[in-house]
Amino acid sequence: MLSLRASRCRIAGFAVFLIAMGALTACGSKTGDTASGGGAVADTSGATVKVGLLNSLSGTMAISEVTVRDALKLAVDEVNESGGVLGKKIQAVSEDGASDWPTFAEKAEKLIQQDRVAAVFGCWTSASRKAVKPVFERNKALLFYPVQYEGLEESPYIFYTGATTNQQIVPALDYLKGQQNSSLYLVGSDYVFPRTANKIIKAYAAANGMKILGEDYAPLGSTEFGTIVNKVKASGADAVFNTLNGDSNVAFFKEYKSAGLTAATMPVLSVSIAEEEVKSIGTQYLADQLTAWNYYQTTAGAANQKFVKAYKARYGADKPTSDPMEAAYVSIYLWKAMVEKAGSFDVAKVKAASDGIAFDAPEGNVTVDGPSQHVYKTARIGKVGSDGLITEIWTSGKPVKPDPFLRGYPWATGLS
Amino acid sequence: MVVLSQLFTGLSIGAVLLLIALGLALTFGQMNVINMAHGEFIMAGAYTVYVLQKSIRSAGASLLVALPVGFLVAGAMGVLLEFLLIRHLYARPLDTLLVTWGVALMLQQLARDIFGAPNVQTRAPDVLTGHVTVFSTDSGSLSLASSRLFILALAVLAVIALALTLRLSALGRRIRAVVQNRDLAAVSGIPTGRVDRLTFFIGSGLAGIAGVALTLVGPIGPAMGTNIIVDAFLVVVVGGIGQLWGTVIVAFALGVLQAMVEYSTTVSVAKVLVFLAIVAFLQWRPQGLFTVRTRSLA
Repeated sequence: MLSLRASRCRIAGFAVFLIAMGALTACGSKTGDTASGGGAVADTSGATVKVGLLNSLSGTMAISEVTVRDALKLAVDEVNESGGVLGKKIQAVSEDGASDWPTFAEKAEKLIQQDRVAAVFGCWTSASRKAVKPVFERNKALLFYPVQYEGLEESPYIFYTGATTNQQIVPALDYLKGQQNSSLYLVGSDYVFPRTANKIIKAYAAANGMKILGEDYAPLGSTEFGTIVNKVKASGADAVFNTLNGDSNVAFFKEYKSAGLTAATMPVLSVSIAEEEVKSIGTQYLADQLTAWNYYQTTAGAANQKFVKAYKARYGADKPTSDPMEAAYVSIYLWKAMVEKAGSFDVAKVKAASDGIAFDAPEGNVTVDGPSQHVYKTARIGKVGSDGLITEIWTSGKPVKPDPFLRGYPWATGLS
Repeated sequence: MVVLSQLFTGLSIGAVLLLIALGLALTFGQMNVINMAHGEFIMAGAYTVYVLQKSIRSAGASLLVALPVGFLVAGAMGVLLEFLLIRHLYARPLDTLLVTWGVALMLQQLARDIFGAPNVQTRAPDVLTGHVTVFSTDSGSLSLASSRLFILALAVLAVIALALTLRLSALGRRIRAVVQNRDLAAVSGIPTGRVDRLTFFIGSGLAGIAGVALTLVGPIGPAMGTNIIVDAFLVVVVGGIGQLWGTVIVAFALGVLQAMVEYSTTVSVAKVLVFLAIVAFLQWRPQGLFTVRTRSLA
């Protein structure tokens, strides 16, 4: 029992130090060896061809990314049942990005170098995409990215099957403007997507006579929204534009309802809340709030009925389908079509074959725009119903040509 | 008006911190065990609500039932942890830290395997999703979130119950005796092993109650414990090891500080400033706000 008090202080200090170390090592860079020059060659010699699935199966983003992985697996199995790609069965290698961006880079390197996959499908947050982008470019390997994002990017080694800003955020702003909302409050998670999205929103607002009454960012994973909601409420804005991601949405909407704010008094338009997130936040808190996507489980069409049925048969009747899942599902089919048009798994040939590849997707017809490596998509505004599903209340009517740098919008000059 | 509503927000942040830190004030503060799995006991409490709501339809009833059940579930997990691992490591605090960290990771994975990786939702009774308007004038109104009021009340009740237990009950006297001088308590005939286990039961059980309360304001998922455990440790360290009142005061002080700074800046800036304040404070008083003074602890 010698000098217990002193040792207690030391232990306490050490505990704090260790926690901090834990946080630091989780963020530490651990990118593996890099291939010098040429780039990795996918191994397509066998009877099967490997593809990589890179999603966060743990950590704060697992809530969303696990469903994307499930949709990817469903598409892989469907393709295999119908004969595979170029006569080869696809073998999916799944890696956990663990909601940690350096881990994404490390796993991408592993999939390309060690597993020699023909293409990688996955990533959710822009931070993870930015982390793996140099890996794919250095190795001249292909990534199919299935989530809506902030645009202003055209990597020659990434195919973007989710919406870029002019297929989601700009139509959402058009919708809000059409509904006589003249002032907005911006709430987002603190990383690249919300910050860039809000830059675009502010440029749009300036050109369209809308007022931005406030802008707040919470760290990813933050679950304390008392103050932000107080600020939103005090601002008296007509509507809230929400770019929060992951767990934060749960805390934000619980607080929002507690403060007495509803969709009728101050609607929230969210761009990262799909059916799966609605389920984990609770319809109690989300009733009648707005979302902007390109696909909902309720979207009409035979292709969607087939997709929803297959997904539920495999993962459970209570599992909803959502936009990023659909975009991920579609990405496997688009890659298959590109490979078959090219007659080869070779990355350069697949890229060259990509322009004009079309697929009858659950969201409707999608077409690959070769030069930008993005996809034509229909914009849809939806409303959260009491059954947890989202129903379309507005649509762009036809697929919108992707414009990641917003070159076709005069107010957006200077953003990129 | 803004100042008042921010003051309330700060107090409610403080109440959440206090509920989380209260169990730690016992296991870490009194017993000197750094239990990294404390956050996972909170998670166990939250999942208790989720499981109970499968059989109890009424959201209000399930929440009331979940409070004692969550306490027992988390408490039992705590006792199991103490019995299987921690009691062998009392003389080796750093080993305890690593072992319980490992247990924390295992419990998180277990939750992922049982309940799935995505977060789950629970229903809150309608009374607790609204707000209470205290007064309203032309310049604005002050309304307090009912869920926050509930948590505030729960935290205050838990503190009072714990303080009374420690001060008045036989168990409380034994706990304090063991904390102040383990050897002397042992030779006086106090079964220190059993006291340790009971203390750990109460401390872990309080984490379970915190978990039940957190379902009202935050996400319920496998990683929910890790997000909040750091703040809870900070509260106990700054409050002073071995002291309940330090924990109470510091929890509310940090909550109010965070809320006030955040209103005029941003979340991240407020966090940084709060951390700086803590570092500065610990430079000035490395032993924390309050300390136990006994002759044996020289």
